[in-house]
Amino acid sequence: MQVYMDNNATTMVDPQVVEVMLPYFSEKYGNPNSIHKFGTASHPAIAKAIDQMYTGINAADSDDIIFTSSATESNNWLLQSTWVDQILNGDKNHIVTTEVEHPSVLSTCKFLEDQGVKVTYLPVNDQGIVEAHTVKSFITDKTALVSIMWASNETGMIFPIKEIGEICKEKGVLFHSDAVQAVGKIPVDVQDVHIDFMSMSAHKFHGPKGVGALYIKDSQKLSPLMHGGEQMNGRRSGTLNVPYIVGMGEAMELATKDIESKMTAIRTKRDRLEDALLELSDTFTIGERDNRTPNTLLISIRGVEGEGMLWDLNNGLIGASTGSACASEDLEANSVMLAIGADHELAHTGIRLSLSRFTTDEEVDYVIDHFKAAVLRLRGISSSYAKVQPTPGGEATECAI
Amino acid sequence: MAKNDLLGGSLWDQYSDKVTTLMNNPKNQGEITEEEAAANGNKLIVADFGAESCGDAVRLYWEVNPENDLIVEAKFKSFGCGTAIASSDMMVELCRGKTVAEAVKITNIDVEVALRDTPDVPAVPPQKMHCSVMAYDVIKKAAGLYMGVDAESFEEEIIVCECARVSLGTLQEVIKLNDLKTVEEITDYTKAGGFCKSCIKPGGHEDREYYLVDILADVRREMDEEKMKAAADAGVGGDFKAMTMVQRIKAIDAVIDESVRQFLIMDGGNMEVIDVKDADPYIDIYIRYLGACNSCASSTTGTLYAIESTLKEKLSQDIRVLPI
Repeated sequence: MQVYMDNNATTMVDPQVVEVMLPYFSEKYGNPNSIHKFGTASHPAIAKAIDQMYTGINAADSDDIIFTSSATESNNWLLQSTWVDQILNGDKNHIVTTEVEHPSVLSTCKFLEDQGVKVTYLPVNDQGIVEAHTVKSFITDKTALVSIMWASNETGMIFPIKEIGEICKEKGVLFHSDAVQAVGKIPVDVQDVHIDFMSMSAHKFHGPKGVGALYIKDSQKLSPLMHGGEQMNGRRSGTLNVPYIVGMGEAMELATKDIESKMTAIRTKRDRLEDALLELSDTFTIGERDNRTPNTLLISIRGVEGEGMLWDLNNGLIGASTGSACASEDLEANSVMLAIGADHELAHTGIRLSLSRFTTDEEVDYVIDHFKAAVLRLRGISSSYAKVQPTPGGEATECAI
Repeated sequence: MAKNDLLGGSLWDQYSDKVTTLMNNPKNQGEITEEEAAANGNKLIVADFGAESCGDAVRLYWEVNPENDLIVEAKFKSFGCGTAIASSDMMVELCRGKTVAEAVKITNIDVEVALRDTPDVPAVPPQKMHCSVMAYDVIKKAAGLYMGVDAESFEEEIIVCECARVSLGTLQEVIKLNDLKTVEEITDYTKAGGFCKSCIKPGGHEDREYYLVDILADVRREMDEEKMKAAADAGVGGDFKAMTMVQRIKAIDAVIDESVRQFLIMDGGNMEVIDVKDADPYIDIYIRYLGACNSCASSTTGTLYAIESTLKEKLSQDIRVLPI
């Protein structure tokens, strides 16, 4: 058996999604901008995908949902064009975001700082979320935008988007949320919350990679990032990626239809897995379960370094993820875990398991067994569990990092 | 950046088979107790390096024969990734059977080389080289404990890049000799900064005492100063056209002080250099007469001609002197 438990990184494309995509590669391949019948042949499917997207997040007809190449593009577009529209060509100079955003938000904000924009990176509390009153206290009359993720990819923790939206509305500040980890996992209703812009990615909810979207409330002004043709009503140029758009729409419908019962099913498995792993001594998970996306758990295992743990899980054909310094290509400690600030060790002992609606009970059982065996083996090697103490003077000095 | 860099990842695929095997089944992991060592009449040394909060920690156990300082048995415990565990295991293997003095000479590079499957292929990818450094540090710590000296006393020089073991002295020398201008060039020449990258600039995986960017800036500054000093020393004899503006003014002043000013002063006058301008192919030197020179008839003829020809002779034939 092999088990994929890294669904916050990406998901399997639902075979039903693949099926609806296939005709748009070699059968109905016309450019939707062409006026001949080859071009218009794909229009019904694109229209359906648009409907599926609007229904999935309950967008109003007066809103825009623009397909992009990825949520990274959506985030870059929103941030860079807000800079152009509100700061370069406006009287604002400030953006509020958090320390724990996805790199496509953080790196773009750093880039904007280099261009002279003031950026406030809000800290998170011990639950790993930003509190609404914190957001409120940092908004000034020069603030152009507040950009805060809907749910964390690392912890699954859900941010108080409704409250933050109200604050932004009251203060008259634009509000954007990177909802990549929320859409398709929990109910997202853009008419229930006040939100101006929202980024989404298909491959996080069993759609294909390489397609994302940006929701724009009331079709409000936002200069394009991609200049060129007149696609998407001139908002995003580039020939429409028809099969992927069709796939994203289908994936959205499959993920959001009857979402409550899907959530319950995933949550039941996640909770069973979490309870079983917490039977191990010296372990804890991050964040209140009830305020997490139902598929995610981040567990700290004392004495077991994250990459070592991933290694053993991988030997058992289990795909998981870690925020450990050692596992990332650039050797940097996990910023989200450090931002939580509860314990520095966590940044090196955290393992994230993220389930999907395709995860089975058998897979959960398999992971429980292998996970426990890996912890046993690695703690057997671990200096943290060694009995013989260092010769006086041989103790390690605390970490200087 | 090029074709081979486009697809990152595959970290574990770059591990040698030895690293993989030792991670899966470390041969030398375990503990040695005080009782076990004492039973053989030996001394137990236990040293820690690193911490869980750093992401890597290792505990090294040595059973040493006090008669001949021989490490008769060695074990380790490790909190770390595959590279950390495998390199700890190999480090212990290399220590066993050596005297403490011999063991101190084992470096992280020795450990890495011993982990290779084939001599020319690194055992771990560059960014994991860092994980083997701890194996080296913990040996120094254990040896220091056994000998009753500070672990740092085993370091003969300041090591800037621990992964590639490149010293401050080597870096300074290589930058100077090869006229290196960028950190990338330093890495190409010395391998320093090519592994975990902590030593390149602040903000990396580890805080360091010395950073390549600072060393490069310092050495470059030193080199510039030396160049300027050389130019100044060369003074009158140097290539006037190649000098910087400040060097030119200094050279002009030097010539005037030496060969012109005293004659003007004798007549109750003086002069000062106002400006130097490139007027290709000429170099125009603007001067102002002071004191008696202002009213002197020869100031625009004979005296001017004398000043100009002196500067032409000493500095450059393209000089024109213009009084204002």
